[in-house]
Amino acid sequence: MAAKNAPTSMYRNEEGLGVWEHRGKVAAVGVGHSPTARRWDERPETSVGAWSILALRRAIEDAGVPPEEVDGLVIVPVTTTGAFWPDDKPLPMDAINAFNQTDDPLDGIAKLSDEWLLKNMPELTGVKYTAYGPVCMSNALNVAAQAVGEGLTNTCLVLKAWHNLEGRYYQGGKNAANAIDGTSAMKNLWGAPACYGTALQFAEYCRKYGKTHEMMSPFMSNSRRNGLMFPEGYWSQHRPEVLNSEDYELARWIAKPANLFDNDIPIMVAAAYLFTTAERAKDMRQKPVYILSHASSETKPRSMTPTLDEVEADTVRTSRMIYEGAGIKASDLSFENMYDGFTLFHQFHIEGLGYRGIKPGEALDFYQGDISIEGPNPVSPSGGNIGSGRSRFWMHTDCIQQLQGRAGARQVTGVKPEIAVSGGPMPLGGNYTVWSATPD
Amino acid sequence: MAKQGVVPDELTAPFWEAANRSQLVIQKCGPCDRLQHPPEPSCGVCESDRGLFWEEVSGKGIIYNYGVVHDCPVRLLQDDQPFNVAVVMLDEDPGIQMYSHLPGTAADEVPVGAKVRVVFEKTDNGQLVPEWEVTC
Repeated sequence: MAAKNAPTSMYRNEEGLGVWEHRGKVAAVGVGHSPTARRWDERPETSVGAWSILALRRAIEDAGVPPEEVDGLVIVPVTTTGAFWPDDKPLPMDAINAFNQTDDPLDGIAKLSDEWLLKNMPELTGVKYTAYGPVCMSNALNVAAQAVGEGLTNTCLVLKAWHNLEGRYYQGGKNAANAIDGTSAMKNLWGAPACYGTALQFAEYCRKYGKTHEMMSPFMSNSRRNGLMFPEGYWSQHRPEVLNSEDYELARWIAKPANLFDNDIPIMVAAAYLFTTAERAKDMRQKPVYILSHASSETKPRSMTPTLDEVEADTVRTSRMIYEGAGIKASDLSFENMYDGFTLFHQFHIEGLGYRGIKPGEALDFYQGDISIEGPNPVSPSGGNIGSGRSRFWMHTDCIQQLQGRAGARQVTGVKPEIAVSGGPMPLGGNYTVWSATPD
Repeated sequence: MAKQGVVPDELTAPFWEAANRSQLVIQKCGPCDRLQHPPEPSCGVCESDRGLFWEEVSGKGIIYNYGVVHDCPVRLLQDDQPFNVAVVMLDEDPGIQMYSHLPGTAADEVPVGAKVRVVFEKTDNGQLVPEWEVTC
């Protein structure tokens, strides 16, 4: 059974589609996480494949479902943080030989297929539906929700895993070459790092609205604080360090106005969720969290990099799709939990949503107030990538756990957790899921 | 700055060949009467490749925005850090952007909104590439 990328028809990427036809009929129940590590130590038991299996088994156990009842598997096949196995480096045969292999020796090491997982999880005897949601967990969640809603699968695992190898990421390949192809050269010749586009948007945002980089400090400290209360996260597990204003403001620039902490830290980690029908979820071990809708933006910039105008227009449009599909309003959101890696675009998500009535240009002022989990206006209770490392899924896990009432020390206390939305990555082009404590 | 060499490919060869003649050309869709950059195999609006051609532009524009790169992933540029990477919008169509190191402008002293004109710089393998200088 070879998975294919899910068809574009499974994504809700247009306005005017109305309320999602499966609103409240699909639920997330189980959550499973692997440990985290900064980089792979090349042991078989810490490979991206091994940690994916661990996360999947934990999600199954968490939901209290017999593994043979799982009949769907939606995964993200790309696992790189930006690191690729070097062509001239010998293959890690000890790790490869520790598992049942596919035709690709790097399967389970620097990429992941459904075939590899099913060969190494013999307990999954009932899987009849597999699909790829490329790039991020956010994509895979949309695909899994739609697949369960359409009846393609009843009990579906959703997985995203990341590998990170030795060395600095994005420093090899074309970036190390003396000459590059003409298409790549259109951008690559100028040497802009990954955060450059977001830095540009933030610079324009500050000029337009009279804001400063220092105004990000409360958001950064809040995110790290929340991350340190996320026991599954990297900073919590390995570097329990608070991030104060001075730490943030004195950090070295990467692409000014984006500094070191505005970039998330690449890590190894895997997470899995178990989705099922609302009916089936009633009998599972955890409280169901119902999916009210999902939405996607596939907007592309006109030219080299998105302008502020393009970003602001698209986040507002995306939010209209989110609210329309879920049949909710901005005022229904219990807290805000959108993507943050890079930090300097988080305000675009918040302003697009109109969270707590915030309008364009107001989010950084909002950060100066109480945005804690104890207050009435929680911002990023997950702590996001800034609080727990690059995964692009902390906000999804957090929404599920908050609405189940089992977010532990991170549990919001200033609001009743009822409805939330999470997703990303970029303001221009992202995938979003709306979660609810009740099906209606 | 020591830019990487360029090996023109099928899609971009006309752009780089024009640059070697010190001309700036931009891909255009005739039926849509629309410039697009970077070049694509088909028009971003009508999705057809049949009306695509290359049009010479004036080489004049303004600085729309910029960042200052302190941690560059491209090896050949790392000795020049920190450096500007500005975004130039063309006079013919402000929706069309090009990157520039802004030769002659100190790092982080970029006059956003200033007028610029194209110049051509030689890369590591002799290919000329468009760069932009502030004119006022």
